[in-house]
Amino acid sequence: MTNAYLAKPLAEASGRSGPPSPDQAALAREERKEHASMLLLLAPALVMVAVLLILPLCWLTFQSVQSEEGFTLANYLRIFNEPIYWDTFALTFKISFLVTILSIIMGFPIAYAASRLQGFWANLVLICVILPFWTSVLVRSYAWLVLLQRRGLVNQTLIDMGIIDQPLNLMHNTTGTVIGTLHVMLPFMVLPLYAVMKKIPQDLLQASESLGAKPFYTFRRVFLPMAAPGIMAGSILVFVICLGFFITPELLGGGRTILVSMLVQRNVELYHAWGAASAVGLVLLLVVFLIFWGVNRFIPIERILGARS
Amino acid sequence: MKKFPGNAISGITLAMLSTIASHASAEDITFVSQGGAYQEAQTKAILEPAAKKLGLTLKQDSSPKAYPIIKTQVESGKVTWDVVDLPTGDCIRGVQEGLFEKLDMALIPNAAQLPAELKDDYSVGYISYSTVLAYRTDAFDEDSAPKTWADFWDTKKYPGQRSLRNLPRPTLEIALLADGVAADKLYPMDVERAFRKLEEIKPNIATWWTSGGQSAQLISDGEVDMIQAWNGRISAVQQAGAPVAFDYNQGILETNSLCVLKGTPHKEAAMKFVNEAIDAKLQAALPMIIDYGPLNPEAFKTGVIPDERAAKLPSSPQNLARQALLSAKWWASEEGVKAEERWLSFVQKK
Repeated sequence: MTNAYLAKPLAEASGRSGPPSPDQAALAREERKEHASMLLLLAPALVMVAVLLILPLCWLTFQSVQSEEGFTLANYLRIFNEPIYWDTFALTFKISFLVTILSIIMGFPIAYAASRLQGFWANLVLICVILPFWTSVLVRSYAWLVLLQRRGLVNQTLIDMGIIDQPLNLMHNTTGTVIGTLHVMLPFMVLPLYAVMKKIPQDLLQASESLGAKPFYTFRRVFLPMAAPGIMAGSILVFVICLGFFITPELLGGGRTILVSMLVQRNVELYHAWGAASAVGLVLLLVVFLIFWGVNRFIPIERILGARS
Repeated sequence: MKKFPGNAISGITLAMLSTIASHASAEDITFVSQGGAYQEAQTKAILEPAAKKLGLTLKQDSSPKAYPIIKTQVESGKVTWDVVDLPTGDCIRGVQEGLFEKLDMALIPNAAQLPAELKDDYSVGYISYSTVLAYRTDAFDEDSAPKTWADFWDTKKYPGQRSLRNLPRPTLEIALLADGVAADKLYPMDVERAFRKLEEIKPNIATWWTSGGQSAQLISDGEVDMIQAWNGRISAVQQAGAPVAFDYNQGILETNSLCVLKGTPHKEAAMKFVNEAIDAKLQAALPMIIDYGPLNPEAFKTGVIPDERAAKLPSSPQNLARQALLSAKWWASEEGVKAEERWLSFVQKK
């Protein structure tokens, strides 16, 4: 009895906020409509991602665990059991890491110059960065071959100048691979760095100086922290692209610098082992995801890519 | 009543189909090779004259990796290729996988001219090329040049940069020859011994080449002083004026063979075509255009190939005797496949 009596006003009270007023209903309808049209606009991109990325990945996964006798994990076990796979992954990471560090060291001054210079000079620096970006990787790798080989330009010049007697081993090894790859990767470091540096307000640097900070102190405490997201963005781009790099190590590595992508290619071309190749590819993908996940825990990826500041 | 038109139509369709089929089988044949200058040369020397003689319409297709396509065609039952020119190893593998027709030797009388090791029930030898030791003549004069694979391994007597192919085939054969194994005693291959011998030279290998073009570039730019390379690549480098020389001594001869696809609608015409393609006269015309050796030994008795040309060909009788014949059968065997898989870890390990 008491409960029923009490229940009525309660229901009335909650009823006030329960059924939406005509305004709210219209708003909700608008929102749903907007979501629907957004989805429609996104549809072509989503379909493309599904057809060109997700489906092939599912197919790769299926292939990697499939054998003539049915389900198998042999392709994955091999990756963990055979030293060649370990060595290849280790070398790939080593080279990717080295190239990333070197591209920061070399890319930072270039981006800094481009962002501080004005007009013609700024454009000139950027064109110097972008021009090789438009040239085929194959052509650039062959150009390095001409420069770095035993009777190449670099060795010949050094010998002619009497600096060395014997030609240096600049290619057919890890050194050649790193040099060639670094050249290809540099724009991927410079361009995001430049974008971030360009956005750093000049006022803040002036403020720091007017408060008595020496140039290096200003650079270290004001400029560098604000440029850090650019360094992160560039590093991730360079590192991840390096992990799957193929042409340059194939041409400049002397056949002994075997990276993960080459392992995939050889599995397919020499042994027709699609399952083994798929497994290697998927493990590499997983590793890249893990890296992104790890980085994301420290700095959100959206922020690194400049979507959110 | 209702049934009648349907039957009539399918009857007509069937009749039409069968006329098309019989018409095609009398006239068309599709020949497949690896393309490029090699296929062009064959077309001029062998394929067109053969088709003309047989009154066939010749169609051609080319693929550097024909094997998976052949497999798909045969397994799906939609066979559009008839005769294929393949590395002999692929022919052997294809026979194991049931992709080729057994050859009717009554239709291929010319096969009798080929020695037994260059043919089997499913394929006949077609052309050959050789892996040879080439060197820079500005690094070595003719007397002091490396002439055997043992010399190639002797880094004290023959200093200089070296390059080998980044594949076990035929690099393992080369290692065994360097270790003193006789050319006719290579198989079954002692893989352990070959890898042991390769470990010896490994620190002195400047680069392991992966493509024929790369091998040509390495020796022609002087990036290396001696190299394992294909005779055709070295001839091209020589013609371009690079100071490079080679000899067929201890070369490893490899062959391409002709096979007929299983389930081809033009089986008889295809076999007749194979017969013409290994005809001595037509075979003799090929090396006048390109650096491949005809496999029919009679080709060298036709008078078409001058002696100085024969001296530069891998399959001329005088050169044949100085080389080892690669066993495609061994490489297609389980041990061969295992040896191939072992290669990558050998090259990568320091």
